[in-house]
Amino acid sequence: MVKAVKFGLRSLWRDARAGELAVLLAALIVAAGTVTAIGFLTDRINQAVQRQASEVLAADVRLRSAQPIAPKVFATADRLGLNSARILNFPSVVYFGDESVLATIQAVSDGYPLRGEVRIAPNLGQAGTKVDAIVPSGSVWFDSALLARLDAEPADVIEIGASTFTIGAILTFRPDQSPGFSGFSPTLIMNIDDVPATQLVQEGSRVQHYALIAGPQASVERFISEFSALKIEGVRLQSRGDAGNQLNNAIDRAGRFLGLASLISLLLAAVAVAMSARRYAYRRLDTAALMKTIGASQRFILTSALTQILVIGVIASVIGAALGFAAERILTTILADLLQDDLPGASFAPFVLGFGTVLILLVGFALPAILRLGHTPPARVLRKDLLPAPTSAFITYGFAVLALGGLVYWSVRDLPLLLVILGGTAITGLVLFGVGRLLVFLLSKRTGRVGVAWRYGLANIARRGTESAVQIVAFGLGLMVLLVLTIVHNDLLRGWRATLDATVSNQFIINIQPDEAKGLVELIENEGLTTPELVPLVRARMTHVDGVAVKERQYDAPRGRRLANRDANLTYGNNLPASNTIVEGDWWGTIGSEKMLASSGSTMPTAEHHVSIEVEAARSMNIELGNVLTINVAGTEISATVTSLREVRWDSFEPNFFMVFSPSALAEAPQTYITSLNVSDEQRPALRTLVRAYPGVSIIDIEAALDQVRRVIDKAVLAVQVVFLFTLLAGVVVLFAAVQSTLDERRYESALLRTFGAKRRTVFAGLATEFTMLGFASGIFAALGATIVGGLAATQLFNMPLTINPWLWVVGAFAGAVIVGVSGIIATRSAVETSPMTILR
Amino acid sequence: MTTTNPLALNAVALSKQVTSPEGTLTILDGVSFAIERGCSVAICGPSGAGKSTLLALMAGLDSATSGEIWLDGTELGGLDEDGRAALRAHRVGFVFQSFHLVPSLTALENVMLPLELDDSDNPRTRALEILDSVGLAARTSHYPHQLSGGEKQRVAIARAFAGHPTVLFADEPTGNLDTATGDTVVDLLFSLNQQQQATLVLVTHDETLAARCDRRIRLAAGKLVASD
Ligand SMILES: Nc1ncnc2c1ncn2[C@@H]1O[C@H](COP(=O)(O)OP(=O)(O)OP(=O)(O)O)[C@@H](O)[C@H]1O
Ligand SMILES: [Mg+2]
Repeated sequence: MVKAVKFGLRSLWRDARAGELAVLLAALIVAAGTVTAIGFLTDRINQAVQRQASEVLAADVRLRSAQPIAPKVFATADRLGLNSARILNFPSVVYFGDESVLATIQAVSDGYPLRGEVRIAPNLGQAGTKVDAIVPSGSVWFDSALLARLDAEPADVIEIGASTFTIGAILTFRPDQSPGFSGFSPTLIMNIDDVPATQLVQEGSRVQHYALIAGPQASVERFISEFSALKIEGVRLQSRGDAGNQLNNAIDRAGRFLGLASLISLLLAAVAVAMSARRYAYRRLDTAALMKTIGASQRFILTSALTQILVIGVIASVIGAALGFAAERILTTILADLLQDDLPGASFAPFVLGFGTVLILLVGFALPAILRLGHTPPARVLRKDLLPAPTSAFITYGFAVLALGGLVYWSVRDLPLLLVILGGTAITGLVLFGVGRLLVFLLSKRTGRVGVAWRYGLANIARRGTESAVQIVAFGLGLMVLLVLTIVHNDLLRGWRATLDATVSNQFIINIQPDEAKGLVELIENEGLTTPELVPLVRARMTHVDGVAVKERQYDAPRGRRLANRDANLTYGNNLPASNTIVEGDWWGTIGSEKMLASSGSTMPTAEHHVSIEVEAARSMNIELGNVLTINVAGTEISATVTSLREVRWDSFEPNFFMVFSPSALAEAPQTYITSLNVSDEQRPALRTLVRAYPGVSIIDIEAALDQVRRVIDKAVLAVQVVFLFTLLAGVVVLFAAVQSTLDERRYESALLRTFGAKRRTVFAGLATEFTMLGFASGIFAALGATIVGGLAATQLFNMPLTINPWLWVVGAFAGAVIVGVSGIIATRSAVETSPMTILR
Repeated sequence: MTTTNPLALNAVALSKQVTSPEGTLTILDGVSFAIERGCSVAICGPSGAGKSTLLALMAGLDSATSGEIWLDGTELGGLDEDGRAALRAHRVGFVFQSFHLVPSLTALENVMLPLELDDSDNPRTRALEILDSVGLAARTSHYPHQLSGGEKQRVAIARAFAGHPTVLFADEPTGNLDTATGDTVVDLLFSLNQQQQATLVLVTHDETLAARCDRRIRLAAGKLVASD
């Protein structure tokens, strides 16, 4: 035992110095690094997504009631160690001099907001900064709309109910501001302690009471269950699961990308481990046979091999975990804004995790090859071609499937995804192998009149049929993954960049009356801002679908009932907004009108009105193409046929609507306009002019929200880049493992050829041909796979439009040929350069 | 114990068949012979006659399809692979045409290896001693790739004799060496064999080498055709 271990260690040391273990080690290190860094981070990102969702509520849980919320609710929160805060929300008239405006009063208690932040600015047109405390008693914070309507200035004194207040600052951002335009009214924030003095909140007044609760997840869950046990009537509980905001999309995609990338790195690392372990075992066959010949037992052979593997494993997991740990630290620092919660101190967890991963990979992918070593026939010392009996496929694949399944489950904890991945990997593997064989066959047919080197190279591919196919699959997989990730990564970044763009609209102007439109546009132009596009906005309520009253219809989802039964903001127009894509039916503005044009000579459908609905909303309201919707606009009923369903990129920061009608339907209806503008910091005074000139319009400043999105996305982009790097590494390791897998044989052959008098250049050209053609085949193959997988990933995982890219094939084939060709040549160069004698001896 | 057994090796009706895609191939066919302790035997015959196969069977590297092999009084068919390995560790030495040194070990470590496997006392002292007797005292810390063919074969011989084997097998020990080096190696082989009173079984094409042995066993197409 001790001798076997000693022997194992000694040979290991030698092999390591001879660079024999590099690929195996690299594969294991990448795997360990991936799991420790990314696995951990994915968890954190998911938490961050939930946290972002919380911000919309300004809490983890929000209770809403028309009655004051019972003290026992707050007592429960207290007992569970949760933070809490209260809000009173009611409408009231605000007086300033001769002016008065109906405003929404948001009276808040200490601690508000529990999640997210409030930003205020000293005056109109200035950028907001985050506040640490709530508005002091006696002061109020006005939003810009209210300030403009009252024509007031900060420090002016205003009246609300029986009290007077000083305008302390301009409220530029609060997390629980509803993102839509409906129900938007001028708002002010006051201290909840000032409410009684106003004498506005009395029995029967229209007041909403809110309780905000936040704290550690487990306690919040306890609170939710204890709260339901209290059975308090008339209180609606909203948890963060119900809410969503623009950030979710971006962060959620980042999280998915990280998850996908880490999974792929793991798979690649597993492939690389399997290939390099096979070679590792293969190169030890001779020694194993010799050891048996001079009296070593099977156990000796196995013990020494396992010692080596274990030591490799320990080294790999220590390096990998250290790398992962460092990467995790860096990523966490980068993402500090996003993750927000306190960072846990350094711990041994990553090392345990890394070692676990390495162990599983070794057991699953290296052990079968190693176990086989114990069965080396000793007679191999006399006959080179004797190999150990192959390990049963059951053991080999059983181990691998178990290991892979365990790893995937461990890192994503998602059973359906696990099954999809395992099944997908198995099917893909088989298909790939078939395609690989086919490509080998096709290559071998091209042996016509070509030079010696070509013939030699191509003949090699054909002769090693199965191995070549395996190599094509390995190269192909590696390249494919890189292509897929590059596509997804680029699409992701492009999408985000659009959001990050400094020219994205940061101001929404709403409530523009038709008679103000012209003057307002002129004023905006005169102020040197870009000409805005005014979008008509019509308030309406859906009454019937195909003649059935909306209230009587069946809805699968509660969201559908809510959407169908509320006052909605609609628009009309001939052009499909840029951030919209038709997923079903036709848009009248394009195909529809051309058809009409051809048949009736008119550019607009007149006989019937059309409506296009956002696809998710349509589904939840059980509305399909061809349904006739009836809406009530200021007392008039208008019907339109659903002729298209749209997908809407809500994070595009453009005015978007669930329903868009053809112009004929709503052109005559009472309407206002909204528009969006990009206003840089220097241009901000223009807003002031605008508000003074048109006190009726409201400006919603989303710069703060946009800024928050930008900051988060900036970090997410960085994180994605770091992870992408890991996956790239794994891909490169696979390529190397694949090149190495037949290296010994190639070395030997090229030495032989040179002994027979082949010029070095010929041998070189032969090898170059072989690798380049292998790479070319793999590249084509990778492009095929990438198109399919990338398409699936984009549409299914990332909700992004599918982009078919013909360049993929060119790039794939070219990159394959170059990368595999060059790395193959580099790897075999030594074979061609050293004297044939040293290899043949 | 069987150490007093007069026969070092006894082959009884030894046959070896392998099944290949083309059918069953008979490599050895009813070969019987006995070899006394302490003598030297050459196994000769044309290429493909089955010499290496016979050697492998005698050393228990492979198992016979039928027949028996007694190595120093033990029937190999009754042992499993590990049992045969243990027997080899104790009683058998090997020298190959292509040397077969462990590339990751130095000359000294290569020689110590069988001693360690057999749990001998002072393997290091013994290995240094025998390396000295093959004239390689100065190369003990060199790795195989740093040695010439003749030097490698001398290390292999030292390794084979280090454990005082009862039987020493050699498969074309001079096959990869030039004549002069081959002669030195053969001289070494015979002199150590003499010193240690071991039984030497060597496969060779070289008639002069065969002539130096006490006996010759001739094989052709898997059959024993002559034995003196
Ligand atoms: N495991 C095996 N499978 C198939 N054929 C085998 C096997 N072992 C040996 N043979 C065949 O049996 C025959 C004898 O082989 P062996 O190696 O014993 O010959 P040899 O007498 O040592 O020849 P040489 O002098 O060339 O070394 C050869 O034709 C060889 O190809
Ligand atoms: Mg032979």
